[in-house]
Amino acid sequence: MGELAVEKHAQYILSVEKRKDDFESLVMEHLRLNGAYWGLTTLDIMHKLGSVNPDEVVTWILSCQDKESGGFGGNVGHDPHVLYTLSAVQVLALLDRLDAVDVDKVSDYVAGLQKEDGSFAGDIWGEIDTRFSYVAICCLSLLHRLNKINVEKAVDYIVSCKNLDGGFGSIPGGESHAGQIFCCVGALAITGSLHHIDRDLLGWWLCERQCKDGGLNGRPEKLTDVCYSWWVLTSLIMIDRVHWIDKNKLSKFILNCQDLEKGGISDRPDNAVDVFHTYFGVAGLSLMEYPGLKPIDPAYALPVDVVNRIFFQK
Amino acid sequence: MDYFRAVYVARELSPRALRLTTEALLRNPGNYTIWHFRRLVIDALDSDLVEETLFVDNLAEANSKNYQIWHHKRWLAEKLGPEAANDDHDFTRFILCHDAKNYHAWSHRQWVLQKLGGWDKELDFCHQLLEEDIFNNSAWNQRFFVITRSPLLGGLSAMWDSEVDYTIKAILQNPSNESPWRYLQGLYKGNPDSLITDERIPQLLLNILKENSYCVFAWNFLLDVLCKGLRPNKEIEEAVKGFTELDDAGSSDQDLPTRICSALERMDPIRVNYWAWRKSNLTL
Repeated sequence: MGELAVEKHAQYILSVEKRKDDFESLVMEHLRLNGAYWGLTTLDIMHKLGSVNPDEVVTWILSCQDKESGGFGGNVGHDPHVLYTLSAVQVLALLDRLDAVDVDKVSDYVAGLQKEDGSFAGDIWGEIDTRFSYVAICCLSLLHRLNKINVEKAVDYIVSCKNLDGGFGSIPGGESHAGQIFCCVGALAITGSLHHIDRDLLGWWLCERQCKDGGLNGRPEKLTDVCYSWWVLTSLIMIDRVHWIDKNKLSKFILNCQDLEKGGISDRPDNAVDVFHTYFGVAGLSLMEYPGLKPIDPAYALPVDVVNRIFFQK
Repeated sequence: MDYFRAVYVARELSPRALRLTTEALLRNPGNYTIWHFRRLVIDALDSDLVEETLFVDNLAEANSKNYQIWHHKRWLAEKLGPEAANDDHDFTRFILCHDAKNYHAWSHRQWVLQKLGGWDKELDFCHQLLEEDIFNNSAWNQRFFVITRSPLLGGLSAMWDSEVDYTIKAILQNPSNESPWRYLQGLYKGNPDSLITDERIPQLLLNILKENSYCVFAWNFLLDVLCKGLRPNKEIEEAVKGFTELDDAGSSDQDLPTRICSALERMDPIRVNYWAWRKSNLTL
């Protein structure tokens, strides 16, 4: 098996962080906070977080916060949205700087996005998606403020998105998709509600995502993609069925998606790399206990030592 | 972008601001803050929503996996109301013609159906897509969505029998197709007794296994029905024994489900652990 080119990937991530004016950075400008989470978490998993100046990062994150609502935008000057609020909280958690925010103000913003039926909107414009259920629940849990929402209704809504194949979609009746499944299983795990899942049925659906090339796809008859190494794998781990896939073959697939010259990982072999797929590839390898990587928590998508610090240290 | 930033900070809700958002979005349709501001401007100016729909549809064509664009379409559809449903369905149909599994398009279509209607041609649409590609999992999902939620059909119980026939036909067309097998399994979920009494099931399985003895989905389905209590007829027994004896000396004492699991371990080695677990979990 090839090896994970840790140094190259670290250099790639740090170079992306520095780039602000090229085409790719401008197009991704509005989700830079997500990018920060993907990049910094990957660095931490590879024991390379020391290369970053935490004070600079914290200052920049705080400048992305909308003072009125308490939510965070994707970059400075952007409107608040729950997606970027979670990334902000996750990065602050990573840097052990959750003290930098008014926890109640942030949690009030997130909790305020819950609807009557238990679902969550992404922001004041009202898009509903089980992604936002996960994001809200994960965020509030990290801030120890789950009590601000109606957890039972939140769970009921997620369960209403369960399909006959055991999987979950973005809305009730929506097609089962590995990304949405991760969100629903993660939210159910965090709220102690995994008993709503038929683990054997879902486990089989998930392990059927592994294709001949060893990689995983997100739905039947779709192409394999490194990002599913995360979404399918974490879901299997959370329902205790990860031994149903061939980890060796999956590891080989991920390692084949590396750009060994420039660093970074792409969606499939020989394609262009990006921070998103770099994170998911490294995180997937961590889930499979690839040597030299920090273990990552499957539900919170943060290194286990970070999660332990939040929940087990006072 | 600096011009946009200026009107955004000043909260200028003018035709000029609208033009600036147009320009900015043509360059970067993913910038959700610009979409938010554009909606504020549209509301303030009471802009022509049909024109706006044309603008966003144009962008959607070139950026069909962009969350912000689809959400803007939803916002517009909500304002335009049920009269816009058919035009909206025409547009998603157009997108799905080029990318039949586009998750955003399907989510949007489901939302419009439930909120604004337009169910009457939906089942035909699913059928058309499945004729073009019987492997399209999204179309199978939509089929179930229509059968169970359309106010124009009788619900699952009324359509159940014909759906079983439809699915069986699809399976026979291509037995290595995952979607109809799951669909069939789903149909019987609410009807577990008929799974073991419905003669169509053993008939289907025998038809397939005679021609495709390495069809994993067929063996898996047979395993399922045997575990649920199907009494195998002679033909099924012979099919299982005939196939499993070819490879596995010493299997002659084992019951049918165990033999099938062993065969699946060999046929589908990437999931060998799953089939081993099935074997260890057999209760008869």
